[in-house]
Amino acid sequence: MISVESLLRERKSKGLGNLIGYFPAGYPTVEDSANALIAMAQDGCSVLEIGIPYSDPVMDGPVIQKATEQALSNGFKLKNVFEIVRSIRSQSTVPMLVMSYWNPIVSYGLERFAQDLKEAGAQGIITPDLIPDEAAEWIEISQNLGLERVFLAAPSSSEERVNLAAESSRGFVYAVSTMGITGERAQLDALARSVVDRIRMFSNRPACVGVGVSTLEQVREVNSYADGAIVGTAFIKAYEQGGLEGLRAKVNELARGLD
Amino acid sequence: MSEKLSEGIGPYFGAYGGRFVPEPLIRALDELEATYLAARKDPKFQSELANLHKQYTGRPSIITEASRFAAAVGDLRVFLKREDLNHTGSHKINNVMGQALLTKIMGKTRIIAETGAGQHGVASATAAAYFGLECVVYMGEVDTQRQALNVARMKLLGAEVVPVTTGSRTLKDAINEAMRDWVANVDTTHYLLGTVAGPHPFPTMVRDFHGIIGNEARAQMLELTGSLPAAVAACVGGGSNAIGIFHGFIDDPTVQLWGFEAAGDGIDTLMHAATLSKGTPGVLHGAKTYVLQDEDGQTLESHSISAGLDYPGVGPEHAFLKDLGRANYLGIKDSEAMEAMRLLSRTEGIIPAIETAHALAGISHLSSVLPKGSSVVVNLSGRGDKDMETAGRYFGLL
Repeated sequence: MISVESLLRERKSKGLGNLIGYFPAGYPTVEDSANALIAMAQDGCSVLEIGIPYSDPVMDGPVIQKATEQALSNGFKLKNVFEIVRSIRSQSTVPMLVMSYWNPIVSYGLERFAQDLKEAGAQGIITPDLIPDEAAEWIEISQNLGLERVFLAAPSSSEERVNLAAESSRGFVYAVSTMGITGERAQLDALARSVVDRIRMFSNRPACVGVGVSTLEQVREVNSYADGAIVGTAFIKAYEQGGLEGLRAKVNELARGLD
Repeated sequence: MSEKLSEGIGPYFGAYGGRFVPEPLIRALDELEATYLAARKDPKFQSELANLHKQYTGRPSIITEASRFAAAVGDLRVFLKREDLNHTGSHKINNVMGQALLTKIMGKTRIIAETGAGQHGVASATAAAYFGLECVVYMGEVDTQRQALNVARMKLLGAEVVPVTTGSRTLKDAINEAMRDWVANVDTTHYLLGTVAGPHPFPTMVRDFHGIIGNEARAQMLELTGSLPAAVAACVGGGSNAIGIFHGFIDDPTVQLWGFEAAGDGIDTLMHAATLSKGTPGVLHGAKTYVLQDEDGQTLESHSISAGLDYPGVGPEHAFLKDLGRANYLGIKDSEAMEAMRLLSRTEGIIPAIETAHALAGISHLSSVLPKGSSVVVNLSGRGDKDMETAGRYFGLL
């Protein structure tokens, strides 16, 4: 199975951009979320980001909060994420990352979670509230299992910390576009570009931009200087409003920004 | 470990603590840590804070011996450390004045705070008014209803109160919302966290600001009784008043430390907030600590008649002291706390906050484990005015 990092590089070398599509596991149900993610891969997301619902999502805005709350109240259990990964893997070779706040993984048992995730066919984990400084165990386990790990770099990060994120990440570095939580922004901050520039100063690790990216123009703009655009809230809204077809339409629309 | 317990400054307390927050917040935490560690050693900062406490907070707080209360619950001498007499009516002001001074030093103009019972929100709004800072307080919608008077107080003091309607709509969700605000406004804003939870340096810094409680109490007890007390007792939600009084005695091995958590309907029911008794190690609000959580690591809703103890996490240093066996933690049911609230009111003429009443209810337990005649200091962390509606309904007085 191709790694996230190899795929990002391969497409970039062909002059193609990348769209990393986020969707919450279990939203609105386990089966629906698997189908939504499969459709996202079919219609143009180069990488999937499967969000694990968590009771205290401090990095997320109202749209993702509401969707993940609904997933939990519809009975999502952590082990369902492996079914979802398996179900996607049975139909697609798309690289997959799981996005999870740290406590669910701690509670499942880090090593066991990593093994089960690998066995199900995912490539790694994005950890929004785990900084490399606290991640020694995860770095070792992911290294041993060959899983990718994505840390965040933010506009507020010092050069030293951007370097730490780049050195510690595998797959890509998640460049946080703006100082704030997930959700659509009419305009992307110039900060996004400066975070990517700073990552480039230290590392040739791919850098993808997330938080606030929701329109075709933004996906195109981000791909002009970064290795990919990460979109979540806009996909959930499209799904809320138009179901699977609405989601497909949004993915198709944004994927036009990758040529 | 050769280091004295009183000297631990984080980021870890044993296996607990650390910084489990999104990267965008790290710079602010680094800045806060650097500012605080410099202030900690700076005589000018310390004297400025001491002056504020003397002229504004009303420190030192007195100690009152509660003889009639003591006689009613057992065979101990009970001393109350009167944090309820501080300006704004609870211990919370100790930490707030310290952090507000740091906010000024960092050149920030806006503070945000979370509040459960409203005491920390009121203290934050007070400090904001005193220092001329903008203030926004996040408060769970459920809590804005059960503490409506404190909402009015905060507004009168010029703060904006934002009811939080996500999750369980209580303290934990107010903290989430404050963190989201902080991520977006970190350049101008200091998050004035009100308890010893959260990412480093909060557990250390907030503890130090409340350390004055224990330091005063230790000297006062020596002066008053000629010896150290046999035990020190406090209620524990996030654990700020408890850690504050504990720290004055933490290196005195003969002094037992007792924390009383909210057991709601009972720790064997699902309706409690007894994190240390019934929780398991995990990560919540930026720190590794004990958490009330389900098998998937989802935070459980806590339940307590007292909004200030209604929290499914606890400060990491308490988690450490529990594992170490240096402090003991016990759950007190709503009904026991309410009974203690009434008892102190009727025997001493002091109406305690319902939070504090949990520690008072714990005294009858201590009378069965301590030698007769032992002295116990209880941190009387807050006054009960804010709880009159709850108490009035509970006792059928309204």
